[in-house]
Amino acid sequence: MGKNFKLLFVFFTLLLSANIYAASKVQLDHANTDIFDEASLQNGAKLFMNYCSGCHAISFMRYNRIAKDLNLTEEQVATNLMFAGKKVGESVTTAMPEDGASKWFGGVPPDLSLVARSKGTDWIYTYLRSFYTDESRIFGVNNTVLVNASMPHVLWPLQEGQSEAGFDNDVRDITNFLDYVGEPAKLIRLTLGKWVLLFLGILFILTYMLKKEYWKDVKYGVWRSRD
Amino acid sequence: MNNKQSWIDQRFPLTKVFNEHLAEYYTPRNFNIWYFFGGLAILMLGMQLLTGIFLTMHYKPDAEYAFASVEYIMRDVEWGWFIRYLHSTGASAFFIIIYLHMMRALLYGSYKGPRELIWILGMVLYILLLAEAFFGYVLPWGQMSFWGAQVIISLFGSVPVVGPDLLVWILGDYAVGDATLNRFFSLHVVVLPLILVVLVFLHIVALHTVGSNNPDGIEIKKNKDKDGIPKDGIPFHPYFTVKDAMGAVAFLWIFCAVVFYAPALNGYFLEAPNFIEANPLKTPEHIAPLWYLTPYYSVLRAIPPLFGSQFPGVLAMFAALLVFFFLPWLDRSPVKSIRYRSPIYKWILGIFVVSFIMLGWLGVQPVTPLYVLLARIFTGLYFAFFLLMPWYSTLGKTKEVPDRVTA
Repeated sequence: MGKNFKLLFVFFTLLLSANIYAASKVQLDHANTDIFDEASLQNGAKLFMNYCSGCHAISFMRYNRIAKDLNLTEEQVATNLMFAGKKVGESVTTAMPEDGASKWFGGVPPDLSLVARSKGTDWIYTYLRSFYTDESRIFGVNNTVLVNASMPHVLWPLQEGQSEAGFDNDVRDITNFLDYVGEPAKLIRLTLGKWVLLFLGILFILTYMLKKEYWKDVKYGVWRSRD
Repeated sequence: MNNKQSWIDQRFPLTKVFNEHLAEYYTPRNFNIWYFFGGLAILMLGMQLLTGIFLTMHYKPDAEYAFASVEYIMRDVEWGWFIRYLHSTGASAFFIIIYLHMMRALLYGSYKGPRELIWILGMVLYILLLAEAFFGYVLPWGQMSFWGAQVIISLFGSVPVVGPDLLVWILGDYAVGDATLNRFFSLHVVVLPLILVVLVFLHIVALHTVGSNNPDGIEIKKNKDKDGIPKDGIPFHPYFTVKDAMGAVAFLWIFCAVVFYAPALNGYFLEAPNFIEANPLKTPEHIAPLWYLTPYYSVLRAIPPLFGSQFPGVLAMFAALLVFFFLPWLDRSPVKSIRYRSPIYKWILGIFVVSFIMLGWLGVQPVTPLYVLLARIFTGLYFAFFLLMPWYSTLGKTKEVPDRVTA
């Protein structure tokens, strides 16, 4: 590999190490989620359906896809996670009417299908744990990550009933579930990736050997000694 | 053998074409790692066309449904996520390859005579590819698709006199909207791919007419044996077909590592705000075009407005692209390859590469006084590389070029 080629490579690696959108003003805690932790995803799904789905849809997600990916039966999903009398092949929408939402919260609560991709897991994890009492706000709470958030502290009953570490874990599970919802294919691609790279690695060795074999001619002068 | 070939060969020059372009196309034997990127660019073009066909089967070019249809591809279409990531990562990988391919030309003087036309066709391809990528990035209809398009297209509005009318003509509306999305889809999947394929064909025909340059910048056709075969040439097939196959597999390893483990590549290949549906009423805090457009975006932002018009910046941006076309005539050095150029030329080329990369980096940063100053300095260095070339390319002592290729 040429010298200037290596230099270019180092230069790009340095440039890429800084995220474009990392310039956030708030210090975010590391969510430390694991999309392959099935128990965490299941708990996260349960908590999401109980505490979040009343207002927030995840309309790109289907109930039966959740069942399949989280290793639950469709009956389990239907009895535990579906509240609105929907069909299992339908997408997860909310029962809250839009005009009502605008009246009650000053706007429609956003769809959370892709929140983990647009805001990141650290943001969700920190945001849900950053509510504090503020009597000047209409719901009596404010948030340090999203200042003047119009969302009330819906996880308050969850936070009251247990230790700080327990609450952090529950929030981590919700975050983990939202990370999965943001990209269900992540489960496939991370599992499949190593096999693809292994295959290409072996194929590289074979193509390298093939090239060596052919290029012996050039090396031993079959083409050089035409003088 | 002869009989089998002759039926087709009497009707179509199959054997002739195969020999002229593969089996008897003599390629310099001293190609190094820089010479993989032309073949890889063709591989990427093929991959983008193929994945693009499948994406088109499921995508809906409608402002109402576009965003959701991309998520439909990501979730409900069988292997849709894979096809989409191949296409989105492919776009960025294509540009990395093209930039390295152009760098190779700069290093070894491949643009110099008799290869001026290859260079010009290549530059047309590059500019059309930038347009193709720009149109493609609008299609997912996320916040960055919308606002990036808004910023870039509004540049045409700064053209004196006809600007506002030109803008409406391009948009098909008074703002970026459904009409814009629809025509960009048409341009992205039909018009530009067709032109790109034709130009790539011409680029290769021109190359095969004069023959490939090499890291020594020597014309191998000047040294032929008694059969008229260049002494330093080896047949493209099988030697470079097997070598390029090896290079393609190595490239695909890196490419797949990104596709499977970091398809968004820290916001550089897929920007986080683009996972929010386009909202004309909500401007994102920070609008950055995709990385391959950012050097020119930086040039645009570096030029101060004149009489309240952004037009000088727009001119500078297009000049930064068009100035590449004149390279074959700006370079007056008697040698082609960096190996035999004067030390001063090596330094200046190094400064140019750093300037280009820094302009790219600055293009994704927010505007601060320091960054504006830096963008102006690097813009100056960028243009100086071209405009002063007739002067500095003759300076210093060049090394003697050998008769035959080395290594």
